[in-house]
Amino acid sequence: MKLLALDTSTDHLSLSLILDDQQIDRAWQVGQQHSELTLPYLRQLLADCQLSLSQLDGIAVGIGPGSFTGLRIGCGIVQGLAFGIDRPVVGINTLAALATATTGPRAFVAMDARMSQVYYAAFERDANGVPHEVIPTGLANPEQVLLPENQDWHGIGNGFAAYGPALQQRLGTQLASITPDRLPLACDIARLARHEFAAGRAVAADALELLYVRDKVAQKTHERAKA
Amino acid sequence: MLTLGIESSCDETGIALYDSEAGLLAHHIHSQIAMHAEYGGVVPELASRDHIRRVLPLTRQCLKEAGKTLADLDAIAYTEGPGLAGALLVGASVAQALGFALDKPVIAVHHLEGHLLSPMLANPAPAFPFVALLVSGGHSQLMAVEGVGQYRMLGETLDDAAGEAFDKTAKLLGLGYPGGPALSKLADKGDAKRFTLPRPMLHSGDLDFSFAGLKTAVLTLANKQAPLDDATRADICAAFQAAMVEVLVSKCQKALKETGMDQLVVAGGVGANRQLRAALDQSAKRRHFKVYYPPLDLCTDNGAMIAFAGSLRLTQAQAAGGYTVRPRWDLATLPAIA
Repeated sequence: MKLLALDTSTDHLSLSLILDDQQIDRAWQVGQQHSELTLPYLRQLLADCQLSLSQLDGIAVGIGPGSFTGLRIGCGIVQGLAFGIDRPVVGINTLAALATATTGPRAFVAMDARMSQVYYAAFERDANGVPHEVIPTGLANPEQVLLPENQDWHGIGNGFAAYGPALQQRLGTQLASITPDRLPLACDIARLARHEFAAGRAVAADALELLYVRDKVAQKTHERAKA
Repeated sequence: MLTLGIESSCDETGIALYDSEAGLLAHHIHSQIAMHAEYGGVVPELASRDHIRRVLPLTRQCLKEAGKTLADLDAIAYTEGPGLAGALLVGASVAQALGFALDKPVIAVHHLEGHLLSPMLANPAPAFPFVALLVSGGHSQLMAVEGVGQYRMLGETLDDAAGEAFDKTAKLLGLGYPGGPALSKLADKGDAKRFTLPRPMLHSGDLDFSFAGLKTAVLTLANKQAPLDDATRADICAAFQAAMVEVLVSKCQKALKETGMDQLVVAGGVGANRQLRAALDQSAKRRHFKVYYPPLDLCTDNGAMIAFAGSLRLTQAQAAGGYTVRPRWDLATLPAIA
């Protein structure tokens, strides 16, 4: 199986190629230059691997939560690529991607959502390492995140860098370790996407839906009048 | 040569296929007007969220209707600006990636050049040179057009765009958002002579416009007449529209006189206004110039004008790669095409 994975949900740009039993991963800190750099870096990666886009079986992308504009650049690019070569796509929750980067089976993932909030979820990983949500992906103030059951949760994500004390206080002794500096990357997405493709859950490029989580982005006229 | 056009600069997703021999093969528009109406204006984030869900389905629809496949495309054109940054990025991303995947060149098109040249999609079509009146919700300009990329600004609005003035006035008359078309409809039933509103900058001696004062005059008048009955509201609409039309027609006449040109091209959403068209047609007859409009369905934002402008700029097409968008972009900086 040959897969391309791409993530543009943070200030990093990452690409990953799965070529049967090989995986090639790249990541760069690009700030807000995803649109300038994604396709040129992809061209280089394909050239380095002597691969043409049309040899791919599918494409995967981080669908969020994350930077709205970053997500749409990634989604738009993956849609264009997949539509162009007529291959299916898989969208991967960026928090699930991060959950695969923890050591233990239990991951409590929190990403900085700005406005004093975190995108968060808790996952338990199965024997294959695939994470399953036990606390669904949500948005909350760090003091108000829903708590999972049991102990031995590994905290991961830049939410722990932005709101470390508040999250640690909230999770208390349930928290076994913290990795505050890891971002969701294409390498994580590629590994999860391989399972999704194998399970037949790939879809047409049109059906790719982003997971913004923060859906209230403006007030309606009658809401403003009330305020 | 077959060009796919992708427009996503504001609140309409427009996709089209234009063939340089056979003309416009297909075009589809998805308007977000209903979605933004509840918010009283365009919410940029929601606009972007909608665009990304529309581009591929509309593209498939166009290809199917035209009986073409992606392999038939020679180039992909998209709106690079001006417009909402997040919305522009959607069209740009899909277009560039599609070009990358198909190994077909891409063309970054100026949204206003699309509007400006769209009357050339009508039959009969104007030939260069001409004066262009561009009047929409975001823009009000008069330009001298000598050729593709040869644009000289003659005058522009100093405050509100013409379409913006229609919408804002409609809002303060309680006609909802975007109420421009509703205002025009009501104006057709009203008596334009009952009230007289100012004609801002009619005798300013230049080709600039200003519409903010007109809107304020409507507010003052509406307050004086309150509570408004249906007939009075219609009469105020008629008076507003008459003032707008008189200013626009007068400036067009002046622009034609100053440039010595005898063709006028009208583009943008306000170009669909029936009173404006009637007044310009009448003026054209009296003053012996010709006036051209885009087909009615191409007055608002659309993909056809982007595909068409792109096809005229095929020589500038580039290999897909890194890209940015231009939320602000001066039309006069575009390179000329011989």
